[in-house]
Amino acid sequence: MSRKINEQYIIIVGCGRLGAYLANSLSERKENSVVVIDRKDTAFQRLKTSFSGFMVEADAIESEVLKNAKIQKADVLVATTNDDNTNIMIAQIAKSLFNVNHVIARLIDPSRERVYSELGIETISPTALSAIEIERLILEKGV
Amino acid sequence: MNIFIIGGKREVYFLVKSFTSKGYQLTIINQDVEFCKKMSRQFKITVVNGDGSKPFILDEAGIAYADMVIALTDSDPDNLVICQIAEKIYGIKKTFAIVSDPENIKIFMQLGVETVISTSYIISSIIEQRAIVDDIKNLTHIGEGNVALMEVDVTNDNPVIGKRIHEIHFPEQAIISCIMRDGKTVIPTGKTEIMEDDHLIIISELKVQSEVLKIIKGKVD
Repeated sequence: MSRKINEQYIIIVGCGRLGAYLANSLSERKENSVVVIDRKDTAFQRLKTSFSGFMVEADAIESEVLKNAKIQKADVLVATTNDDNTNIMIAQIAKSLFNVNHVIARLIDPSRERVYSELGIETISPTALSAIEIERLILEKGV
Repeated sequence: MNIFIIGGKREVYFLVKSFTSKGYQLTIINQDVEFCKKMSRQFKITVVNGDGSKPFILDEAGIAYADMVIALTDSDPDNLVICQIAEKIYGIKKTFAIVSDPENIKIFMQLGVETVISTSYIISSIIEQRAIVDDIKNLTHIGEGNVALMEVDVTNDNPVIGKRIHEIHFPEQAIISCIMRDGKTVIPTGKTEIMEDDHLIIISELKVQSEVLKIIKGKVD
């Protein structure tokens, strides 16, 4: 298999609002090949018609599913399901068992962040990010 | 011993009953308010109502003092996270999780959970064995559930009677480790002959178990 130098193979688990948005914008760049996994096929309706990647309807906590999605070849895995613990489990499977280079987990509850950083998983918490941004806006405007 | 039981339903009741009678100290964390009320009325244990996969709930419940953590929620990822928080942050060595998906047994162990049990796997394998043959006695599983240790009676219609062990073509992953004959123990060699009413003690890999039984008992429905 010949791969261009900049080509990235990206697996996105969970095709909710964030997962779908990310899948759409990542697949717009020609150099990326994107696979989206979700338990419900209705979730894939969120993808644009221009989405050029693959869709897999399955539960990603079954390691068989990740294997079928060729996780061994993945450069990036993003876990964006609506369950924090599922995200952390998938992230760890990707990192520890399949040695995926770059693993990011979405975290809804920021109170769990400490745990996940302890487990060596890179996390993004929309709640914390929004709070920081709102705080910045408030401070900028002043009173 | 201070034991934490997180999640679970009816089985928690029986575990608590058995553990308290042995004098262990118990804390249960459960999301079901009614269940929590019932347990706290009935037993002298600490009951915490909440999501046990959240670090602050575990912290408030005093997990730092636990000797053993048992995760029984019906979500595999929750059970993993509970055990990992216990082990990685609080240094609790004894962690126990149940999983629905048997595939997760290996994964959980690689990710640091000490003991992992899949109830669906255990139930299905028991049913399977019952369905295969009624002649197995005292079946146990060893070697992380991959090896079966079983006792099989040789009855008069079995094709192995009168054969020497080297004449029986067993799969490589199985061995007759011992024969109980007239109350005596015979350690078999290749020359040992199988006789009627022998009790064979067989160690085999799980995947060749039905093949082994087929060889001993002849045709199996």
